Amino acid sequence: MTFWIIIALAAFIVVLTVVSILDLLPSMRIVPDDTKFDFIRFRRISFPISAVLSIFAIVLYFSHGLNFGIDFRGGTLLEIQQKSGPADIAQLRATLSGLGLGDVQLQLFGGPNDVLVRIGQQPGGDAEQQAAIQKVRQALGDAVEYRRVEVVGPRVSSELLAYGVGGLMLAIVGILMYLWFRFEWQFALGAMIANVHDIVLTIGFMSIAQIDFDLTSIAALLTILGYSLNDTVVIYDRIREMLRRYKKMSMPELLNTSINATLSRSIITHVTVTLALFALLLFGGKAIHSFTATMMFGVVLVGTYTSVFIAAPILIYLGVGTNRLDDEEAPTTAAKPARP
Amino acid sequence: MYFTRWKIFWIVATALLVCALAVPNFFPEATVKTWPKWAQRHIVLGLDLQGGSHLLLEVDSGAVKKEKLNQVLDDARRVLREARIRFSGLSVRGDVVEVRVTDAAETANALNKLRELSQPLGGLLGSSGQRSLEVQDGGGGLIRVTVPPAAITERIRQSVEQSIQIIERRVNELGTVEPLIQRQGIDRILVQVPGLQDPTRLKELLGKTAKMDFRMVDTSISPEQAQQGRLPSESELLLNAQPPKAPVVIKKEVLVSGGDLTDAQPGFDQRTSEPIVSFKFNTSGARKFSRATSDNVGLPFAIVLDNEVISAPVIREPITGGSGQISGGFTVQQANDLAILLRAGALPAPLTIVEERTVGPGLGQDSIEAGELASYVGAILVIVFMLLTYRLFGFFANVAVLINVAMIFGILSLLNATLTLPGIAGVVLTVGIAVDSNVLIYERIREELRAGRSPITAIDAGFTRALATILDSNITTFIAAVVLFWVGTGPVRGFAVTLGIGIITTVFTAFTVTRLIVAMWLRWKRPQTVPI
Repeated sequence: MTFWIIIALAAFIVVLTVVSILDLLPSMRIVPDDTKFDFIRFRRISFPISAVLSIFAIVLYFSHGLNFGIDFRGGTLLEIQQKSGPADIAQLRATLSGLGLGDVQLQLFGGPNDVLVRIGQQPGGDAEQQAAIQKVRQALGDAVEYRRVEVVGPRVSSELLAYGVGGLMLAIVGILMYLWFRFEWQFALGAMIANVHDIVLTIGFMSIAQIDFDLTSIAALLTILGYSLNDTVVIYDRIREMLRRYKKMSMPELLNTSINATLSRSIITHVTVTLALFALLLFGGKAIHSFTATMMFGVVLVGTYTSVFIAAPILIYLGVGTNRLDDEEAPTTAAKPARP
Repeated sequence: MYFTRWKIFWIVATALLVCALAVPNFFPEATVKTWPKWAQRHIVLGLDLQGGSHLLLEVDSGAVKKEKLNQVLDDARRVLREARIRFSGLSVRGDVVEVRVTDAAETANALNKLRELSQPLGGLLGSSGQRSLEVQDGGGGLIRVTVPPAAITERIRQSVEQSIQIIERRVNELGTVEPLIQRQGIDRILVQVPGLQDPTRLKELLGKTAKMDFRMVDTSISPEQAQQGRLPSESELLLNAQPPKAPVVIKKEVLVSGGDLTDAQPGFDQRTSEPIVSFKFNTSGARKFSRATSDNVGLPFAIVLDNEVISAPVIREPITGGSGQISGGFTVQQANDLAILLRAGALPAPLTIVEERTVGPGLGQDSIEAGELASYVGAILVIVFMLLTYRLFGFFANVAVLINVAMIFGILSLLNATLTLPGIAGVVLTVGIAVDSNVLIYERIREELRAGRSPITAIDAGFTRALATILDSNITTFIAAVVLFWVGTGPVRGFAVTLGIGIITTVFTAFTVTRLIVAMWLRWKRPQTVPI
């Protein structure tokens, strides 16, 4: 079935390609050529919205908390598949809670035969975690297939958490250093505020959606960071170019022109990334479902919004381009110290 | 937009060569094996895709330390006895070995003798100036010998080194394909075994120290008396390996140790057809075993494995041939495993499993299928969208993206990199992002055209201006990918690898391939308008 769908789509692509090469398609503009949205004035709405959302996300983090996965909390995770017919959660729960392993959570995962079992960290150290798994295997016997077994001991989990958080910090610092080196410190600061905004909102989303926070979440967060900055840098690049070219233009107008000039690129790229993520979300399997869901939220909903409505307008407050008029009077030192 | 012949040649050659590196992945492994070595590099599927076990083992550093201190204790006793220095109270206290020299006048002599035990750390090349032991005069004949932390670390390092060799031998006995065994950090060992249905047996093989020795049973006292606390100091109370785990009093002195074994094979007893393990000693082991059995005919001796008594037969006659057999009520599987363990040798210290991740082959297959489907759908959606948006230039972009993906797989093959499910997600994302470089260029060209430039100058300006932005914007994502590679393990690291390589190939294709395609089109068509 899927095979034929793919064949049909491939044929469609070939036809479309031929038509495109022969220039028979009408031109399609997603964004009109000369947009003149006043993004800068909109900051009076977008900044309060972002502030409220960020506070909401932080409150969520403290009230709901994050659903730490076994990578960071330690413990055992089993994905089991009942060999005959649908799994009887109630009975499985009865069997497993009789083992004296403390907190045991069961949850249907994908199909009706698949169950995800989470067992909390066993007191006593690494050997106890292995003993717990042994007990479960004995209790469930041959009736189930073990699709996945993950056991993370207490020391490894705390190390992974330290690594994950440290990595996130390191990435932010590294990217900032780069931006500082390539642009000016105001841009780096603006990008950092945008960055933190992205991460806070995404963590709020993970808290609401009760997505497991584990190593893959760190991967998702880092990717969101990278792409959101990718967007931001494209706009900043344009702002820098405009700053050099139009010395007398007022800052709000200059920022607006820059955002509008890059708007159609932002939206088109946005669509292609969304399409790719959409395919991953629908067909990529449940193993990476929470990974793609997080990225969908972060890249698609937050990332682009941040670069257009936060990262660029905030430059006004950071004093970018305020000393341009002085430069105007001394044309020999006109260019800002930014590198080409 | 002008390319010299040489430049064109280099761009095409590089792109083709990198794409060609991906070729071995399309042939079955057996076919690839017959090719020359340099052509065999290919992508390895991660454990999450082909199924298998990932185990992180940790050497018990407490046990290593304890053993080191006991060794120091034995050495000190031997050295002092050889020097005929009388002493008392030789013992391990915390991290220190203490001894009191009876005649305080001999303290200096004892200190000298004990200091001879200490060696510079790190062999002959050791430049740290640290030594393996610190011997201090505690006053009044008291001598303290401490093992500095550096010496303990060194010992742990050696233990890990030895353990890796022994684990390799044990895992190879399982007959699996390409297991990966490597050191991680100071005291950890990573074991990855692909395609394993059930890791229980692997864990059993790795979890045993397999320290075996032959000792005498202490018949001077019954186990019941020993449990009441009348245990002689040269004996200890051990449990039987078989249920009901009856206690046995065993002498501490080791007659022959497992280190003297040269071979061990599973088999069946000729009379009872019960599973057994037959073993052979090396020359010195055979001599020791022969002497011990000659001296103790009629008495029971014990085969002790990891502080459990496997069997305690009575010596009927001296065993001089240097071989024998162990029967301990084994199942066939147990006999097999014991033979493997004895052949591979004993671990220098116990290992604990601190992390385990096992993926069954069923889930792996499902993940491969899901990953493939998602890639096709993602690619098709992006390709169609680009064609609809940019038409002819969309076609150019699609060609560039296809070359880009082929190059990603080429570089992954060259690196013998591991492809994981998140890694596939990384490739799909790269497709979405790679077209971004084209979008940046095209949108810039549109702008320049609107500003009234001629096609050629507009395209030229579009490329020049956009390329700087492409470089800047991709470096930020690349920094994130590098950090992720450093932080992540397993599947996540696979994502970092494809993401990072994807960025490199994206920048390469944007600067060369896309540009070349558009330049060729310009030269061929000499268009008056740009259909963009």
